[in-house]
Amino acid sequence: MTAGGAMKPILLRARGEDKSRSISTYLRMGGYGALKKALIMDPAGVRKEVKDSGLRGRGGAGFPTGVKWGFVPQDLPKPKYLICNADESEPGTFKDRAIIHTDPHMLIEGIIISSYAIDAHVAYIYIRGEFWEEARILEKAIAEARRKGYLGTNILRTGFDLEIHVHRGAGAYICGEETALIESIEGKRGQPRLKPPFPAVVGVFGCPTVVNNVETLACVPHIIEHGAAWFAAIGRNERNSGPKLYGISGHVRRPGVYELPMGVTFRELIYEHAGGIREGHELKAFIPGGSSCPVLPADFVDIPADFDSVAEAGSMFGSGGLIVMDDSVDMVWALENLMTFYSHESCGQCTPCREGSDWALDILRRIRRGYGRPEDLETLERISRYASQGMTICPLGDAFCGPISSFLKHFRNEFEDYIAKAKPLPPRTTPVLPVRSGRGRFGI
Amino acid sequence: MSLARTQPLTIAPPEELLEVSFDDGMEEIIEEHLRHYPTRQAALLPVLWLCQERWGWLSAGVLRAVARRLELAPAFVEGVVTFYTMYQTAPPGKYLLQVCTTLSCALCGASGLLERLKEKLGIDPGETTPDGRFTLLGVQCLGACGEAPVIQVNNDYYTDMTTEKLDQLLDELP
Ligand SMILES: Cc1cc2nc3c(=O)[nH]c(=O)nc-3n(C[C@H](O)[C@H](O)[C@H](O)COP(=O)(O)O)c2cc1C
Ligand code: FES
Repeated sequence: MTAGGAMKPILLRARGEDKSRSISTYLRMGGYGALKKALIMDPAGVRKEVKDSGLRGRGGAGFPTGVKWGFVPQDLPKPKYLICNADESEPGTFKDRAIIHTDPHMLIEGIIISSYAIDAHVAYIYIRGEFWEEARILEKAIAEARRKGYLGTNILRTGFDLEIHVHRGAGAYICGEETALIESIEGKRGQPRLKPPFPAVVGVFGCPTVVNNVETLACVPHIIEHGAAWFAAIGRNERNSGPKLYGISGHVRRPGVYELPMGVTFRELIYEHAGGIREGHELKAFIPGGSSCPVLPADFVDIPADFDSVAEAGSMFGSGGLIVMDDSVDMVWALENLMTFYSHESCGQCTPCREGSDWALDILRRIRRGYGRPEDLETLERISRYASQGMTICPLGDAFCGPISSFLKHFRNEFEDYIAKAKPLPPRTTPVLPVRSGRGRFGI
Repeated sequence: MSLARTQPLTIAPPEELLEVSFDDGMEEIIEEHLRHYPTRQAALLPVLWLCQERWGWLSAGVLRAVARRLELAPAFVEGVVTFYTMYQTAPPGKYLLQVCTTLSCALCGASGLLERLKEKLGIDPGETTPDGRFTLLGVQCLGACGEAPVIQVNNDYYTDMTTEKLDQLLDELP
């Protein structure tokens, strides 16, 4: 691997192969070899290997996967479940779709090995409803794997049994949050549960459950095949190891999914891999890892794109979905766009999140329409304090508070400019804001 | 080169969905779903999908039939259906034009696409053309931001869209 970035692809090694999704291609590339290897290890050995590799969850939180697996109680006389989180609904994130499109069997193999490691005999792939084509790809791959004896009863004559079922969501960002996802599999509204208990102890159907992201699980066969030390050595910074799929979108010349060692800098991502900012413009700001991660201005472009470095810079690495904005972007508009998303997606359980997201959106709309008031920014800041940090059942509150406080921190002048030019409020009787559908409220 | 690869949805008229029952083919699929889960209730989302694929939308009569089949309270089923955005509780057009309006798509011209559709079809998001052909929806991130702007028509994604491609797509849809 060269230091400058390019590496031999691991997770996307089948990209460009003819019929890359078929099991014969996968087998030709050595697929299901790791499964054979894992099944002669004992489950504890597989867990240890994954723990030692330093693999951290790719769904957003970066929690060490092997440690999470270790929370599953071994002595409970209950079935255990593995859930693959293919909800991929964090704006700016589109890497799991790339894995499913190029190499679904890598994911299936990862699920089988991981199920074996935690002693699960049923696994679900929870996939967002919009991914209809991807659900079909996975179902086809599951059927192929089953025909070859990698799924079903007595897998490869080792006595291990496993079924994988694809469960389609139906349009709700919140179902990416693991406990909402579990409720949704159980046939309910996707409203997050209070934790503890954590899913590893009380998850789906009241049983111990591990929820892992698609990309996390896709790393597992490679760790088993090449060993923990090999995986841990990929990446530039300690505790942030392995290959990473970076999804780059927005104002770059070549948006897309790039596989690179964890820890390349945002400069390399934007200028070397994604071809730089479009003609005649300059980088203004970027959101490092999906829309919930606080925005960073262009001066942060030299930090490494990994969990710890981005956290140090005051943001989050999240899912690795990088949204790039050039100097043409009105940051008040961008925040309004994001708040439209969060106010739409709040599940409605917790008052600070449900009300906070709606009020923040209304205030931002008002500012943009030229009716801002000097005290608005303080109100926004207050909302961003009250709807975050444990005031809500799940972190969707934090997911919009980070954007609010960071946009205000780094681009406050743009908000102030709008307010300085604001017109006086029209008389109350004038409907300035359209009443939002179904929720008739607010106005000014 | 032709762009369109989407077939129209079959939308059952409301009068056909006052009361419904499941035929043998549907029953077989429902049984299969039930085998996937330890509870009946867990088959709710897949069974709703099955009904929507069959009839195009979920009428009150369909929801009652689903509730009966899975031994759930009708009000519970309705609560679930209305939580998720993709279940249609009124008959939509034959083509659901779902324009992603979230940040990455918005940065790459999504609003131009939406405006173009509003102008061409003479409807606002959330509305259906009088001939029942198109329903226009502004939707949230579709998880394909690297190919922004994105439009989903029924089940199919159309990526890297431009107004020209959009015009072509509308012309080509069968
Ligand atoms: C609001 C919200 C949305 C989330 N959406 C996703 C998602 O779409 N995909 C995902 O893998 N994880 C998502 N997560 C994180 C999951 O809750 C969970 O941490 C993750 O699936 C664990 O997998 P990992 O340890 O492999 O990362 C979301 C979390 C929150 C709070
Ligand atoms: S923002 Fe449109 S697909 Fe993600």
